[in-house]
Amino acid sequence: MTETAVRTVLVLIENADAALRSPALEALTLARTLGMPVALTLAEPSTPALDQLADAGVDRVLFADLGEAPREIPAVAAVAVAAAAAHTGAGLVLLTSSFVNKEIAAHTAWRTGAGLLIDVTSLADAGGRLVGGKRVFAGTWDTECAVTTQAAVATLRPNALTAQAAASRGAAAVEGLPVAASSPAGLELLDRVVHEVSADASGVVRPALAEAAVVVAGGRGTAGDFGPVEDLADALGAAIGSTRDAVDEGWIGHDAQVGQTGVTIAPRVYIGAGISGAPHHHGGMQAARTIIAVNTDSEAPLVELSDFAVIGDLHEILPAAAAAIRSRRAAQS
Amino acid sequence: MRIVVCVKHVPDLQSTRGFTAEHRVVRSADDGTMNEVDENAVEAALALVAAAGDGEHEIIALTLGPDVAADAVRRALQMGADRGIRITDDALAGADYFGTATALAAAIRRIGDVDVVLTGMAALDGLGAVVPSLLAAALDLPQLTVVQELTYSDGALIARRELDGVTETLRATLPAVVAVTDLANTPRLPKFKEIMAARAKEIEVLGAADLGLADGASTNRTEVLRTDPRPPRPEPEIVTDSDSSGGRALADYLISNDLI
Ligand SMILES: Cc1cc2nc3c(=O)[nH]c(=O)nc-3n(C[C@H](O)[C@H](O)[C@H](O)COP(=O)(O)OP(=O)(O)OC[C@H]3O[C@@H](n4cnc5c(N)ncnc54)[C@H](O)[C@@H]3O)c2cc1C
Ligand SMILES: Nc1ncnc2c1ncn2[C@@H]1O[C@H](COP(=O)(O)O)[C@@H](O)[C@H]1O
Repeated sequence: MTETAVRTVLVLIENADAALRSPALEALTLARTLGMPVALTLAEPSTPALDQLADAGVDRVLFADLGEAPREIPAVAAVAVAAAAAHTGAGLVLLTSSFVNKEIAAHTAWRTGAGLLIDVTSLADAGGRLVGGKRVFAGTWDTECAVTTQAAVATLRPNALTAQAAASRGAAAVEGLPVAASSPAGLELLDRVVHEVSADASGVVRPALAEAAVVVAGGRGTAGDFGPVEDLADALGAAIGSTRDAVDEGWIGHDAQVGQTGVTIAPRVYIGAGISGAPHHHGGMQAARTIIAVNTDSEAPLVELSDFAVIGDLHEILPAAAAAIRSRRAAQS
Repeated sequence: MRIVVCVKHVPDLQSTRGFTAEHRVVRSADDGTMNEVDENAVEAALALVAAAGDGEHEIIALTLGPDVAADAVRRALQMGADRGIRITDDALAGADYFGTATALAAAIRRIGDVDVVLTGMAALDGLGAVVPSLLAAALDLPQLTVVQELTYSDGALIARRELDGVTETLRATLPAVVAVTDLANTPRLPKFKEIMAARAKEIEVLGAADLGLADGASTNRTEVLRTDPRPPRPEPEIVTDSDSSGGRALADYLISNDLI
């Protein structure tokens, strides 16, 4: 890339066959600050998705058609992403951070010779080099890392920035890109089950844990009853999280596990109830802007790490808080 | 069956972690351990060998890292690995994901006839979770990653993984790369006898030249520019739930700070 050329930023868009979610819009917002965003989809984009892409200032939408190849396999998806990067001469491929996307990013970078930045919360151009920022060691250090190769692949943490519409709408014109790929030799996807979406009692779909603005998490202190956690979460329109111990006990699915070997989250507000705040858990939620603890033990590490803590029984406190929030909402409307 | 388990030496989560002036992770023997999920990888290797039954088996623990990193290999030997290899070289110090994967892959090729490459799902220091995929790409092998349940039958591996709202079951023939989570098994605690026996096991040291990577630095594709400690968090505001006022106090905090 010459100094004057505008960098093409290829953004992998998931859920393009339905409506785009916030992390994709956040990635497009960041992409606009670094060059010209080009959206890449692996499924045929829907009309609402194209409308959202136009709002995000995207002129060009590449639909990489993998034919019969199993695009659910990250190494296969990466063939399409690498092909699209070559086709558009992208200087940066941007994905949102998730387990699957990190795998796609790794394979894409390997194929294209690009440098890899994982879980960045910022990305900037410093004299032509891309520099990613990341907070590590449970929020105790800030680091910056530059890509030394021509091209870069980066995964962006959900909630690192606020999604914004572009100053002017893009054309969002779809261009097909046939890609020949096959399943990696020796690998077979036998079964794939998409989990039921979590909904509250009235059927309102709860936000996804990784991208929620507010998360209410429960641990061993729930003693297996997530009712109070759900009650407060639903009053706040929050996602539900948990510790590994609660998952181990079978009280809740692994999808809800927050922490180093679960989901890493950075919500605006994190409320941890009946959670001690072990480093494995803390490492996955330290990026939350406000941390609130509800615990019977005032010495619990999570209390010490919090901004605000209520010492007492979560089974009393969470429903009371939920009721107070509901009555406040009712008074306002 | 020949299995290579990649184990990383990382600072203990309970310790005060930090960086040196050269932006390298501070590593010390006292505050360092084998990356905990890599213990699950060693355990998975031992289980695979047991499932494979009769025949010649070998488990090799492999690490890339400075002298203290030998502790991670030693731990794997205590758990039951047969031998260990540590890659170390000034040219490979400060390796990034690519530098790491390139060196590990070169060592795995040099070992030869490897049926399974086992790793942890993520190193708990950087939480990259990309080295396993890079190894699969470098070695051109199928991968089973973020594995919560691993079984071996009829010469193939079946893995279940649950991630990003999806549960998948995958089957891979050998050779393959497998990355396990902490839910895959419960790592054994080595007994005194095993700890003593591990002392006698050899840890081979390989340099960049042994791996055909004398120009090792060039396999890096990133450079750390800045590592800064953050100021400590302010003291928390703590209220006690007396007279059942705690719930309202929580609601008031959220409302008055404009958090909802
Ligand atoms: C390799 C590895 C990876 C791991 N990864 C993760 C991970 O990703 N995520 C994770 O969360 N953990 C992880 N863990 C586990 C972690 O180390 C802790 O064991 C776990 O986080 C503790 O869960 P907890 O806080 O629910 O339980 P506990 O530590 O038992 O804490 C329960 C808390 O509830 C409080 N309490 C009890 N009753 C009440 C009540 N009625 N009202 C209010 N408070 C109450 C107690 O005072 C206590 O503080 C991992 C462990 C290992 C070894
Ligand atoms: N320096 C290293 N030496 C040996 N194994 C490593 C090293 N770095 C990463 N690994 C392996 O790769 C896994 C994932 O690491 P990462 O991609 O860095 O999160 C770890 O659990 C290890 O099994």
